[in-house]
Amino acid sequence: MVYRQKVKVISNSSVGESCFKLVFASAQMAKAALPGQFVNIKVDDGVTPLLRRPLSIHSVKGKNIVLLYEVVGVATEILSGKKPGECLDIIGPLGSGFSGVANGRYILVAGGMGTAPLVFLAEKLAEVKSRKSKVKNIALIGARTARKVLCATEFRKSGFKVQVSTDDGSLGLKGKATDLLKNILAMNPASDIANIYACGPKPMLKEVCVLSASRSIPAEISLEEHMACGIGACLGCTVETTKGLKRVCKEGPVFKAAEILWK
Amino acid sequence: MEIKLAVEIGKLKLKNPVTVASGTFGYAEEFTDFLDLKKLGAIVTKTITLKSRKGNPGPRTCETPAGLLNSIGLENPGLEEFISCNLPVFKKTGVPVIVSIASEADPAEFVELASRLDKTDGVAAVELNISCPNIKGKSNLISQDPVATYDLVKAVRAVTQKTLITKLSPNVTSITEIAKAAQEAGSDALALINTITGMSIDIRERRPRIASIIAGLSGPAIRPVAVRMVWEVYRQVKIPLIGMGGIMNVDDALEFFIAGATAVSVGTGNFVNPGASVEIIAGLKKYMVKSGINDIKDIIGSLKI
Repeated sequence: MVYRQKVKVISNSSVGESCFKLVFASAQMAKAALPGQFVNIKVDDGVTPLLRRPLSIHSVKGKNIVLLYEVVGVATEILSGKKPGECLDIIGPLGSGFSGVANGRYILVAGGMGTAPLVFLAEKLAEVKSRKSKVKNIALIGARTARKVLCATEFRKSGFKVQVSTDDGSLGLKGKATDLLKNILAMNPASDIANIYACGPKPMLKEVCVLSASRSIPAEISLEEHMACGIGACLGCTVETTKGLKRVCKEGPVFKAAEILWK
Repeated sequence: MEIKLAVEIGKLKLKNPVTVASGTFGYAEEFTDFLDLKKLGAIVTKTITLKSRKGNPGPRTCETPAGLLNSIGLENPGLEEFISCNLPVFKKTGVPVIVSIASEADPAEFVELASRLDKTDGVAAVELNISCPNIKGKSNLISQDPVATYDLVKAVRAVTQKTLITKLSPNVTSITEIAKAAQEAGSDALALINTITGMSIDIRERRPRIASIIAGLSGPAIRPVAVRMVWEVYRQVKIPLIGMGGIMNVDDALEFFIAGATAVSVGTGNFVNPGASVEIIAGLKKYMVKSGINDIKDIIGSLKI
């Protein structure tokens, strides 16, 4: 079920360089939300900005939904100014989520703001008690600089071992999150890895697809495309897959890595 | 006071004058969480071509001040797939279905599409999309030439008994000339306006924001242009007009009725507020009660000058 609601902002605070964490209350959306899904927000009543802005669900705490976003333009600038008690027009949860549970180690690959939905996934995976496997799950965080590294604490709280890479080498490995992934794949037999989940910039996702395919490890990636409607109506965000044209906002944003036909 | 919202578009009787613009309402089922589809006056489908189309490369959309640029490129499953898979979903709503059609290369495809749909149950009317700006390789639109418009409408008219709506492009010198050509050729109604061609540039990258460079502008930014064109055409033709262009709420819709539209379509507004179309129907009733008007027909073309 998808809801359209006027919700109250509970908190909206700065977390590191140009990033904000917004919490709003919606019992229905919180109950329905799956990791990987997103909400679509009208940040203002006016016609500029006109369209809603899609933001992935970062976490669910009881009846509250947490969003983690970066200020990148006019709409997110307006959003960052919202005070507790103010109202937001939100549609959600939208799109598909990451899939179920298998035995073995999980590897999360988070590039830049791609960490946002993967924290929710890490929390859900940590909740799964049926897994007997003792191996530690791993979260790989790639960022431009040390100051842009997000959510290492959150991943650790969910029992993940965290490795970091930065473009400038100011923290962790100098390089990309996929360089960390290459190292891990070199050190672990493919059969030990249950699934790779990735969210981040397109080149990173593309490489995750190549790496996972070369080792025959199942992988799921969360894509980002320009969206006008977010509900599957405009066909603005279509991607080509092995199963035909799919809408990132509806059949996605999460896809099986092997299904994406990269251009 | 009994409020009369019913209007006629050709042979088509609409219980109210509010519909949705082609390409903005998916295959209808995307909207079931947000509104009761049965309340709509009619539903216009995404434009269908004979063969399936993948559409244009991305990015296909970008926002501009009070507007939206799009170049989807008529992505659609093709006529036969549409009839077997999508049309049944529309039919289930019980609301008249207006099927939008377009040719890819040869205008004769319009005739083939229309004659197939003429024999298809559940199709209430056909809308000729002769004004899509996003088809590669087409330098001129049919709707930019009165002779081409006349010939096309005439040819389609010959193969269908269904209500025929011609959708006009605003990217012309004189829209009234094209409107009159469509009327003369037997179009039952006119839909206006399609998007206005536009362009937006990422100055940091010095690249177009839309992959196909030039795209179609919609949204509140184009509303004054659309209202103006409805007004101009209304004074020149006798057939009913379906007005559209940046309608977000009932006030916007009323501008179109007053300018001369018999019905209105919500387009980009559906993306921002998926319940907009049904809210407008309720808003019309409220406005009419408040203004002491009991028939929508008394508002159509009621501009005081």
